[in-house]
Amino acid sequence: MEEDFDVVIVGGGPAGLAAGLYTARARRRTVLLEKGVIGGQISLTERVENYPGLEAVGGFDLAQTMLRQAEGSGLETHYEAVLSLERVDPLWRVTTNDGDYRAKAVIITSGADFNRLEVPGEERLTGRGVSYCATCDAPFFAGQEVAVVGGGDSALDEGMFAARHVAKVYLIHRRDELRASRILQERVFADPKFEFVWNTVITEVLGQEQVEGVRLRELPSGEERVLPVAGVFVFIGHHPNTAYLRSLVRMDEGGHILVNEWMETDAPGLFAAGDARSNSARQVVTAAGDGATAAIAAERYISSRFPVE
Amino acid sequence: MTMTKPKEVNDAQFEAEVLKSETPVLVDFWAPWCGPCRMVAPLVEELADEYGPKVKFVKVNTDESFNTAASYGIRSIPTLIVFKGGQPVGQVIGFRPKNDLKRVIDQALAS
Repeated sequence: MEEDFDVVIVGGGPAGLAAGLYTARARRRTVLLEKGVIGGQISLTERVENYPGLEAVGGFDLAQTMLRQAEGSGLETHYEAVLSLERVDPLWRVTTNDGDYRAKAVIITSGADFNRLEVPGEERLTGRGVSYCATCDAPFFAGQEVAVVGGGDSALDEGMFAARHVAKVYLIHRRDELRASRILQERVFADPKFEFVWNTVITEVLGQEQVEGVRLRELPSGEERVLPVAGVFVFIGHHPNTAYLRSLVRMDEGGHILVNEWMETDAPGLFAAGDARSNSARQVVTAAGDGATAAIAAERYISSRFPVE
Repeated sequence: MTMTKPKEVNDAQFEAEVLKSETPVLVDFWAPWCGPCRMVAPLVEELADEYGPKVKFVKVNTDESFNTAASYGIRSIPTLIVFKGGQPVGQVIGFRPKNDLKRVIDQALAS
């Protein structure tokens, strides 16, 4: 089955929801395709404290509010995974696991996915002690010791959430200093439940049915040891979800889509916004701003390319 | 459309409601603080309607029924487990679209 829309939006994070709000209000028939959870990364964030106008809000609640607002303006939402895009001049065909869509303009807001450690044991023990969301899973480790991997804002935010539930957090970082914002650093350094393991990487996650520990390697000595922990929470950055667009648009070497100030890619009628684009500040508010910009650009493109007779 | 609300089951009721059930049971392990669980809940309600009496749908609040969650090694929610004859025969960890859930249920029923 093939369905016709003015605009197809790929990905339901803040960029996609903002874009959908704008194109729906412009009365362009718009569908947003989401393969997982509405809100994307923020739906797994306990609190968003830096969205102007909202002093502190749950990430999941913020995403649901954005969704309600956009759907209230006429946005349709379908839960499907996009497999490929194809130019069928002057339209785009978007193929999902559930069918095909044709659109005058497509806005790519497929965001980024978390990086994995890519060590033995990780995949097998995911959901069995290996987690990428302390906010979701930390309560299952009450009174136990866990490892948190990473040195950025997410690692610290999630580590502090975990610390409220667990007996101890080993913060494992491959460098000897954190790159997280100062305010978060001040909080973790003052938290007695944190123990810092500097210049160290995990080389294996150990355990049969459940995580029982991690094998650590200290850098640069290469010395290895086993740290017994019940959980491993991994926050070592993200990569853009753009593999399905390779060969269609220009990207940087990290796989982020190259766009101009109007979020236009080098392909006609194809826009990219949020974490999937190059040089993104990767904030909720900048993603939403990107989405609005892309929507306005898409609206202009449709008006000029598909004039009403 | 009438929605069949999946029944809340606690530690004390788990054996009678799930392990001794004549029909296969889908158990939705959830907690109020878990965002993705709130997205799974309406899908589970829709599935409960669609499967009708063929499958029993229940929910276990992992905050209140910690023993049941622990005995099935739940370390992440949402987790859905399909039980047949008292045995777990299918499992989904994390939020997945409805069609994926259906596939797991159908596979478990056919097993």
